[in-house]
Amino acid sequence: MPGPDLLSSQGLRLDGRRPNELRRIRCKLGVFAQPDGSAYLEQGNTKVLAAVYGPHQASKSKSLQDGVVVNCQYSMATFSTGERKNHPRGDRKSQEMSMHLRQALTAAIKTELYPRSQIDIYVEVLQADGGAYCASVNAATLALIDAGIPLRAYACACSASMAWRNGQPEPLLDVGHVEEAAGGVVLTVASLPSTGSIGLIEMSHRLHMDYFDVVLSRAMQGCKDIEVILDRAVREHLAEGWTKQDVVVI
Amino acid sequence: MWTTKTFLTKTKRGNIIKIVREHYLRDDLLCGSAACNTCPHRDDELVLDSKPESICALFDYPHYLILDTNVVLHQIDVLEEDALQNVIILQTVLEEVKHQNTAIFQRLLEVIGNRKRKFFSFVNEHHKDTYVERNPGEKANDRNDRAIRKASAWYESHLSINGAVGQSPKVVLLTDDENNRKLAQEEGIVCCSVKDYVENVTNFVGLIDKLSKNVIPESVAKDALYPAHLTPAQIHTGVRNGKLHQGTFRASRYNFLEGTASVNGYEKPILLQGHIGINRAVDGDSVAIEIFPEEEWRRPSDIVLEDKADDPGDLLEEEGVLLSTAKPVDKSDDEITPTGKVVGIIRRKWRQYCGILMPSQLPGATRHLFTPAEKCIPRVRIETRQSHVLASQRILVALDSWPRNSRYPLGHFVRALGPIGDKDAENEVILLEHDVPHARFSEAVLSCLPPDDWTIPDEEIKKRVDLRSEIICSVDPPGCTDIDDALHAKTIPGQTADGLDKYEVGVHIADVTYFVRPNTALDKEAASRSTTVYLVDRRIDMVPELLSSNLCSLRGGEERLAFSCVWEIDENANILNTKFHKSVIKSASAMTYEEAQIAIDDKSRKDKIVSSLRILNALAKKLKKKRLDNGALLLASPEIRFQVDSETHDPVEVEAKKIMDTNSMVEEFMLLANTSVAQRLAAEFPQSALLRRHPAPPPANFAAFLKAAKQQGFELDVSTNKSFSASLDKAVIPGRPFFNTLLRIMATRCMQQAQYFSSGTKAFEEYYHYGLACPIYTHFTSPIRRYADVIVHRLLAASIGCDATHAELLDTRAANALCDNLNYRHRQAQYAGRASVALNTHILFNQRVEIDAAVVLSVKRNALQVLIPKYGLEGPLYLPSDKFIYNEEEHTQTCDAVVLKTFDELTVRLSLDSTNLQHRKLLIQLVKPHIPGFSYEEGQEQTDKQTKAQAMEVIEIEDDTPEVKDPKKRKEKPVHKGNKKKSKK
Ligand SMILES: [Zn+2]
Repeated sequence: MPGPDLLSSQGLRLDGRRPNELRRIRCKLGVFAQPDGSAYLEQGNTKVLAAVYGPHQASKSKSLQDGVVVNCQYSMATFSTGERKNHPRGDRKSQEMSMHLRQALTAAIKTELYPRSQIDIYVEVLQADGGAYCASVNAATLALIDAGIPLRAYACACSASMAWRNGQPEPLLDVGHVEEAAGGVVLTVASLPSTGSIGLIEMSHRLHMDYFDVVLSRAMQGCKDIEVILDRAVREHLAEGWTKQDVVVI
Repeated sequence: MWTTKTFLTKTKRGNIIKIVREHYLRDDLLCGSAACNTCPHRDDELVLDSKPESICALFDYPHYLILDTNVVLHQIDVLEEDALQNVIILQTVLEEVKHQNTAIFQRLLEVIGNRKRKFFSFVNEHHKDTYVERNPGEKANDRNDRAIRKASAWYESHLSINGAVGQSPKVVLLTDDENNRKLAQEEGIVCCSVKDYVENVTNFVGLIDKLSKNVIPESVAKDALYPAHLTPAQIHTGVRNGKLHQGTFRASRYNFLEGTASVNGYEKPILLQGHIGINRAVDGDSVAIEIFPEEEWRRPSDIVLEDKADDPGDLLEEEGVLLSTAKPVDKSDDEITPTGKVVGIIRRKWRQYCGILMPSQLPGATRHLFTPAEKCIPRVRIETRQSHVLASQRILVALDSWPRNSRYPLGHFVRALGPIGDKDAENEVILLEHDVPHARFSEAVLSCLPPDDWTIPDEEIKKRVDLRSEIICSVDPPGCTDIDDALHAKTIPGQTADGLDKYEVGVHIADVTYFVRPNTALDKEAASRSTTVYLVDRRIDMVPELLSSNLCSLRGGEERLAFSCVWEIDENANILNTKFHKSVIKSASAMTYEEAQIAIDDKSRKDKIVSSLRILNALAKKLKKKRLDNGALLLASPEIRFQVDSETHDPVEVEAKKIMDTNSMVEEFMLLANTSVAQRLAAEFPQSALLRRHPAPPPANFAAFLKAAKQQGFELDVSTNKSFSASLDKAVIPGRPFFNTLLRIMATRCMQQAQYFSSGTKAFEEYYHYGLACPIYTHFTSPIRRYADVIVHRLLAASIGCDATHAELLDTRAANALCDNLNYRHRQAQYAGRASVALNTHILFNQRVEIDAAVVLSVKRNALQVLIPKYGLEGPLYLPSDKFIYNEEEHTQTCDAVVLKTFDELTVRLSLDSTNLQHRKLLIQLVKPHIPGFSYEEGQEQTDKQTKAQAMEVIEIEDDTPEVKDPKKRKEKPVHKGNKKKSKK
């Protein structure tokens, strides 16, 4: 069989999950007082902070007549990986990630409501253990909700990979770093699960046509599962009542 | 549903970095026991019996067995026996075994996969109640032992929760680790050593023979014969700071107290001598070596030393003989070789060995010696109570350990293969020793086959080009049942721009991939076998017989599926265009080479089949000429055919194969098809096309050959294949027609082995096929008997859009791994074929003695390698050193007035020497030229000298073969097989 053994003969993954299980997701809205919206999200050992400013008036050069400008900045903390990173932001990888983030989030935001305005989204990866992009999208969605920005639907992102069990292809949901490093293909999908539309698809390697559909549908299922978790977190957050920043009156 | 735990691991990758991994603990894992009613089992998940029957007298109550890692690693032969059932394999154990020995891991998976054996693998590492965290400072081994004990205790309590008291099965932990047993007892776990358990098993005779001998730790020095090996950590530091060297140990075939190991940084392999110098290394082991200071370096000894026939017990001796002869005479001696000693074993490469038992002379003894068939392997001490039965059998033995106080390695009996001398047993030995998979096809494989009465479905015919009306025929050796190619040719109207006639020529290959679909059990089995293996009296098929001899075989008069390659060719054999398509054909006739030849020569025959054959024959000659003009080499190898008795399958006669025009006709078109396909694939799949290359031989390979040719007055130019081919053509001695053939036979031996590779792994220049002188080549024409061709068919089908690709097909890495296996299996199949020829030669000469003409192929220090053209046999003719003087410079052997050199023609007497049952060999004795006191004379009894000579083997001369590293490679006479060669019976 091609690729490494990502599934044991009993059908468990290296970390003990079954193929269709997400990593443990923990999240919290409104973790900072300063930005208009913020959220912290853990997906396994991948930990991400997101902060949102706006909408506010866009600078003249950028402003659009028919909608809001979504400005994203993705960065990784120097201590986020095993070996310390020298360029936490502004490198090619971060720029690419920023663009991908903007693509996925723009699809969710009701941009037409705020012409000539701008929304700034900052995402900081505190700890990277695979799937940093997915966690960033999920965290940013929560931060946008926390900021009260109207969304069409939750934007959720999830990855999936391929493994073999008894000679049969079996897609793996929510790929961790160990599985990523093992060299299998990683398909990342950002979507609006409730509408079924896809904001972004990215693949790390070539994947044979035969498997594309199964892997994609597994990743889409993951997005739906994540939506449920995010939705529950939002409801719990609202049930807690007013957050501190709302109480503070200037 | 699940909870998480993270733990810390440290790993080295230049720096030490901290790795945090998630580890999920679950509550939905099953225990697999039918006695449990808490776990939500489905019926097919209940592996373990609710009331397991006890087979061990020590534990007379129902119980399950839990094994520790070392038990699995050492006692896999016991586990493979059908005796132990209801065994729990913990994940901890499974992972450790996987890490330490993949071969045993595969065997264990096989046992677990067999439901009858009732082996259950329990995922204790992810179970919330059985996971244990490593304590600070705790060794990994200790933690694993603790995990095993924890799981054992959990099973015990889990099963007793809902069972009535005393009703539920108990758990018995098998471990040979005394400390672990002590701890287990303290924790209230029932445990036992494997030896105690197996010795008390009732009703399974012979199980105890399979028991691997307990390993005595290196540190025990009592009665030690050998120095202790260094620990892995010591070896690691030693290799890192350059004091030690790592190499693969190769035992000498001639002297059991000598071996070599090639290490980096030394041109010559390091010489290792004596019991202490070799220190229990076995051929193939990866060892750590300490190299002596230069003044202690020695010469390889040139004596032949065999281990004594009788069992000396645990004593070492014979060192003196060896070492005295190996002392360097003077410092400038260029045979002085870096010398060293083995100080540690990095990895054992032990497998199971075929051989015979040498029963102990003591009555009632259970300890016996075993002599492996492979000469590089030392004898093995085994314990068995069945020695009287096994003494006359070929048996299979596994090595277990080699403690310091034992002269021989310890092993255990695995199984008997059959009586010595029995044809089936001897064939089995050949297959096992060459690692040829030859078990019956499994049910899973057979279930992939179409029904026996399968016919081509109509819708399949519609998808294909219908060639049933074409006059297609096949030409093969007599008795061939797996016909994988057929041909047709006809004139087509019109002429080329140059005014030449045009022909349509088609090569039709059995469409095996229609039946062998990717990733099925059938496909995997075929991939693992890689090739059909032809022994003299047996064929080990790559695919089941229904396909190989029936549905895929392009028999005469039957409709078959084919993959066709059709060309338009002008009368000068230039290709105008090439088409590939799947087709349906109906072969008009399946002919032998001889029948086809007779038909072509018969002027009175004018039917369509014959005219098509004549076109093919004429074109083939032109194709061949072109090829040779390009520099393709015409090589020869002495091929023989046995006539086999139809009842006993014993050989009754042997003859050299006849080569006719029609052989070459078929071959040319196969070459053409292979080349055409190769070009297409390389263009379509630059990363993953399966191709075949033949590297040019390094000039050193030719040294001895050129010297010998020069003695005959021929200067051969080997700078390129073209010049080589031309100078071979010119090297003709009028009146000695066989001389040129002989030259070509010897040239063949100078060649490298051709090999499969994936186009993504080599630069385009390296695709070159030296022997065929073509820039690109592959195998397309024999998918029934070669797996390479199956892959090539799939790639070609994908490139013309008539079949879908699948993932592995396009994966360079997977293709590369596949090529490694293909190359390995093909080499082994060749060796197995040769071993089978040798076996049958021996059987043939069992009853006869003959005087025949022979030619000298090469001159060795103590022998002549001679070829008997009548039989295509070759072997050594030993020359005693007190009669003959060997000239190293000129490669001659002189006795008084008689000078023997390469290419000399002799008369020899052939007979079989059966003094050594294990290694019977053909004895060749000189008759002419007559040398008094040496040559064989009618009615003469064997002299002492000759008997002595028989015991010796050919000793290769070092300067001839500077890079001879291991004896196995020496056998590897590269036979050029780029072209189509059918060794069918
Ligand atoms: Zn249970």
